[in-house]
Amino acid sequence: MSLLDKLDAIAAARKALLPEGVEVFGTPIEEVYSSTAAKIGDRRVLFLGTNNYLGLTFAPQCLEAAHKAIDSEGTGTTGSRMANGSYSGHRALEREFAEFYRCHSCIVFTTGYQANLATISGLAGTGDVILIDGDSHASIYDGCRLSGAEIIRFRHNDAQDLEKRLRRLGDRSRSALIIVEGIYSMLGDRTPLAEIVRIKTTYHSTLLLDEAHSLGVLGQTGQGLVEETGLLDQVDFITGTFSKSLGNIGGYCVSNHPQLDQLRYVSRPYIFTASPTPATIASTRAALKLLREGVELRRQLWSNARTLYARLKELGYQLGPEPSPIIATILDTPQEAIALWRGLLEHGIYVNLMLPPAAPEGKSLVRCSVSAAHSSEQIDFIGETFAVLRKTIFQH
Amino acid sequence: MASNYDDILQKLNEHLKQFCPPEIEITPDTDLINQLAIDSVKLLNLVMEIEDEFDISVPLNALADVQTVHELANLIHQIKSAQ
Ligand SMILES: Cc1ncc(COP(=O)(O)O)c(C=O)c1O
Repeated sequence: MSLLDKLDAIAAARKALLPEGVEVFGTPIEEVYSSTAAKIGDRRVLFLGTNNYLGLTFAPQCLEAAHKAIDSEGTGTTGSRMANGSYSGHRALEREFAEFYRCHSCIVFTTGYQANLATISGLAGTGDVILIDGDSHASIYDGCRLSGAEIIRFRHNDAQDLEKRLRRLGDRSRSALIIVEGIYSMLGDRTPLAEIVRIKTTYHSTLLLDEAHSLGVLGQTGQGLVEETGLLDQVDFITGTFSKSLGNIGGYCVSNHPQLDQLRYVSRPYIFTASPTPATIASTRAALKLLREGVELRRQLWSNARTLYARLKELGYQLGPEPSPIIATILDTPQEAIALWRGLLEHGIYVNLMLPPAAPEGKSLVRCSVSAAHSSEQIDFIGETFAVLRKTIFQH
Repeated sequence: MASNYDDILQKLNEHLKQFCPPEIEITPDTDLINQLAIDSVKLLNLVMEIEDEFDISVPLNALADVQTVHELANLIHQIKSAQ
């Protein structure tokens, strides 16, 4: 099979699965009106899958900071920090993140994906072992591969299964890296952090926690699951992204281990890519401030999350195991998922569609993510629409 | 402990039966992907079952080279023998 034949096979598989005339993946957005509203085709739609948890994409403070930074520092850095230097904004954002987590070091990366690639491949290498949760995000899998370390999967959120695997490693568990996520992006469930910390301490391993979906969402000041559980001091490395609750693009790693700073000299996804634009850095700094003060935003976010979760459950939808701002409806077949996704769009609600193998265990998901920016009327409207579609799509 | 290759092969076949259409007989040369239609997600779940059965951990890296029943049995055998 030639290189291009392989892509033709993918095109054929897509055509067989997906309906004609709708762009299920990469849906064209014609105009964006606000953090929750946009135009798709000729219809105004409500965003309900954008992980914009705090609704900060149009926060006036962030817009103003971005405008100022463009005017004063230009549109881009045109290279990596290793080669082109570190602007004051990049350094300040790292200090602010380190201070936020009360820890020694922070490195900012160009995307959250690269934060995981850079941190994992910078920490572990050939001969080391990495233990990852079975439902880990692709950036974690890819970071592990890039590292060259041995990769062992444990059952999703199953601390006992992790312990069994560490026991099998014998002395090697001392150089093992364990990776879990604060809130899992597919079903919105949390890692059992207290159990994981107990195990990592027993086996003298190192723990990396990805707070991509929990930053700004959990904890009094929004640090994430570490704050909610009071376990900040027990986690060795935390990674996260600017692309969700901070409404921007970029990623970070924070740690109390001063060795983190050495990643700047060894980690290829940090060295060989351009640093974030000045506007990105400036608006992320403004967003981080809003996130830390965002007690009211988090209250609204969780009120929306609990209301919608309860409503969908009452309607008989199969959901993830616990309420969270990520609310995934689990469907038996890709066809049902596509019908629900399409029905929602026809009613003016745009959500995520996940088909196998992207979703865990061969499931199909229609995944919603609520935002603090959704009004209670919008949450009610979403609930009503799911009720209508329940009748039309799943009458039998 | 079932660390001899033939025992491993036999136990592995028990796990593979769930994927096997009636018209196919599993032999060491049976291709996991093309004949038993075990895709990447199914393979990862199968590996978890096998890990419990044999009390081993199979690194994902090693799976990249596995295509046939024999190759999988051999991998398990190697990991078991190194314990
Ligand atoms: C758990 C997790 N980690 C990392 C990332 C990567 O972040 P980004 O999209 O900002 O590169 C994502 C999101 O896509 C994610 O869900």
